[in-house]
Amino acid sequence: MSDKDILLDIKGLKIEGKAGDDWLPIVNGIDLTLRKGEVLGLIGESGAGKSTIGLGAMGFARDGCRISGGQILFDGIDLRKASADKLRRLRGKRIAYVAQSAAASFNPAHKLMDQYCEAPVRHGVMSRAEAEHDAVELYRKMQLPNPEEIGFRYPHQVSGGQLQRAMTAMAMSCRPDLIIFDEPTTALDVTTQIEVLAAIRDIVEQFGTAAIYITHDLAVVAQMADRIKILLRGDEIEEADTRTMLAQPKHDYTKSLWAVRSFQRETQAAPEGQPVVSVRGVSAAYGPVRVLDDVSFDIYARRTVAVVGESGSGKSTAARVITGLLPPIEGEVLFEGKSLPADYRQRTRDQLRHAQMIYQMADTALNPKLTIRKLIGRPAQMYLGLRGKALTERIRELLHLIEMEPDDFIDRLPSELSGGQKQRIGIARALAAEPRFIICDEVTSALDQIVAEGILRLLDRLQGELDLAYMFITHDLATVRAIADDVVVMQQGRVVEQGTKAEMFAPPHHPYTELLLSSVPEMDPDWLTHLLEKRSKQGMPAPGAI
Amino acid sequence: MTLVLRMIAQRLALGLLTLFVVSLIIFGATELLPGDFAEAVLGQAATPETVAAIRRELGLDQPFYIRYVDWLWGAVQFDFGSSLAQRGRPVADMILGRLGNTLFLALYAAAMAVPLALMLGILAALWRNSLFDRVTNSSALSAISFPEFFVAYILIYILAQGGWFPSMARMPASADLGEKLYRSFLPALTLTLVVTAHMMRMTRAAIINLLSSPYIEMARLKGMRPSRVIVHHALPNAIAPIVNVVAINLAYLITGVVVVEVVFVYPGLGQLMVDSVSRRDIPVVQAVALIFAAAYVLLNLTADVISTLSNPRLMYRK
Repeated sequence: MSDKDILLDIKGLKIEGKAGDDWLPIVNGIDLTLRKGEVLGLIGESGAGKSTIGLGAMGFARDGCRISGGQILFDGIDLRKASADKLRRLRGKRIAYVAQSAAASFNPAHKLMDQYCEAPVRHGVMSRAEAEHDAVELYRKMQLPNPEEIGFRYPHQVSGGQLQRAMTAMAMSCRPDLIIFDEPTTALDVTTQIEVLAAIRDIVEQFGTAAIYITHDLAVVAQMADRIKILLRGDEIEEADTRTMLAQPKHDYTKSLWAVRSFQRETQAAPEGQPVVSVRGVSAAYGPVRVLDDVSFDIYARRTVAVVGESGSGKSTAARVITGLLPPIEGEVLFEGKSLPADYRQRTRDQLRHAQMIYQMADTALNPKLTIRKLIGRPAQMYLGLRGKALTERIRELLHLIEMEPDDFIDRLPSELSGGQKQRIGIARALAAEPRFIICDEVTSALDQIVAEGILRLLDRLQGELDLAYMFITHDLATVRAIADDVVVMQQGRVVEQGTKAEMFAPPHHPYTELLLSSVPEMDPDWLTHLLEKRSKQGMPAPGAI
Repeated sequence: MTLVLRMIAQRLALGLLTLFVVSLIIFGATELLPGDFAEAVLGQAATPETVAAIRRELGLDQPFYIRYVDWLWGAVQFDFGSSLAQRGRPVADMILGRLGNTLFLALYAAAMAVPLALMLGILAALWRNSLFDRVTNSSALSAISFPEFFVAYILIYILAQGGWFPSMARMPASADLGEKLYRSFLPALTLTLVVTAHMMRMTRAAIINLLSSPYIEMARLKGMRPSRVIVHHALPNAIAPIVNVVAINLAYLITGVVVVEVVFVYPGLGQLMVDSVSRRDIPVVQAVALIFAAAYVLLNLTADVISTLSNPRLMYRK
């Protein structure tokens, strides 16, 4: 490879972010080179500076950030010295960007086609008519349904996976030399993710476009990238080509990333006695729309039932029925053999106490104005009538349980905690009511993998100590593998398969379970290629047709 | 489109209901006013007999609900009864000319204020935190902070004393449009200064509020010019809040301008309303209040329709 092939050359890139009156470093001197047609994967947890570097490669810093040092050479042009107007002419035309949430990054006021044509027409690459024609071609290449027609819809009329593909097509509109993909599949379900990954990989290969692929998911980046760079808090940890990196990670941090998926709880004894919670033939609807159809399952003490499914499958609705937030139209929920009133307003305080919830977004589930003492203290006060010294003792005990030092944390506000610590407080708040049963609604999906694993281990330990029954709602099969005893697979409001974890992960599977299982990316860089070959042989629907 | 038509029909029906409730409140409120017309008009000569005679003659001795039903029945046929103060003169006659004047002045002021406010708001958002932004903001704020009559007198001091525009806006009956615009320029300018600030600041805030959205960042990363980002990407999504503030200000121009009318001796509805209240000329008060309420209802309806039209998520279902 000669130097002529180098498209992007970043040296000693420093980016700072404003915190109050100070500028704090976000990226501390990163070097990065990218050759024409090459795909580089940027990996790191949240706060590692991946997106910031990606935008920096476009000479762009978000409000409240500034590029404070280093050099960014794009095809020989120094982006730090280029005028605002010159940068503007590069963006969209020669360097394009694909954002994490296409649903938020398409302008809701304009049709997809208008947004597609904007860059090529405004940058003078082609006329509107040519751009429209080209868009249909790219939509077809991206395997979007109705390529002739889909461009004339508004973003809200198109599904998330389709929008993500339409956004990739839009980034391709001027045939740029470089595309920055910023977590383009993180917000998607696994089955949709495959389609988008395949479409992105095809189109990048076809046009020989260089790309920076940013993600926190190793298995995903293994499918997409030629080389991988690992970041931790704004510093580079190591860089190598994909296969070497997967086979022989050098640095301890990299090894720890690789090892995250290894947690698996011990196999539990078979259930005995009556279930803590039974869902019996429950159907529920939002207005005229039926979202749950004849759903039944049992949850026993000291056991975890994982409810798995894609968005819209009805798993959260099932939780709403159990907690009484949404009275079902048919069926009932039993607690220790006795029927629970359908509406939470008719339940006794004790019935309410025994079913607690932990939420996905600890950020929004904790009142930001209350200290931890209040957050955890309230349920203990309300359900158990604890006051004064006894209450303080109980709060301290709960903090010990979730492995947080009471003296350090008891009077802090949620804003002074990290994401993982907030989720621990969410757990302590549920425990404060001394429940028999806890619903965990995607409790780890907003967390980085290492932090998430800590939460899973904690939940596992607490279950053993306190005889809890868990209902674990998740779309992530790795989490299921780690923590579940029993699995319920849901699709479009119905239970398609249920059984113990061992039964679920061993063939034969229900076709939908099979689809879910096979869609979870694996660390093998050839996984996507093999999977697509296998599916096309078996005559399974091609990506995009689903 | 049928969606919009249905919405308009629904809102009009609701608007009528609102007007009905308002009419009840107006009628009830005028009942509560201290004193009554007979005593007010007779003054020193009020003896129990004369008062009773006048009350009987005008139907004021009837119970509340009968008078209300009579009045409502007339009002739905645009017959608001006859004035008490100007014996026998139909209220509709008294109002019609005044209503025309009020609408003329409101339109005149709106035609200056709305485009000015939108333009300044968009430019202030585009060049936010610049000198232009700060100057526009502070001058708009000062204009809104002074009482209206003060702004009016300052304008009179500068523009009328200088001999450019008349300080009295009374029209000769024969005035043509140019003459009318010239004569009512000062009151219109005063109102423009008073209402521009609110609309301009809302436009600026509504646009700036959107600038941190991912789709605005996307537009920038597609290499769009800052002016295009603001006008093409932010503005269409900011229409709903802007239109609502414009509607409120237009309603104010119709219903709240009595001080300006007094200063410039402009014969509008506001003055008529105030005079009628002090003369206990209840039929006129009721009719004017109902017109004011109708103005609010219609303007808010228009704002809602425009907001809906501007939002594809409401116009085109999945």
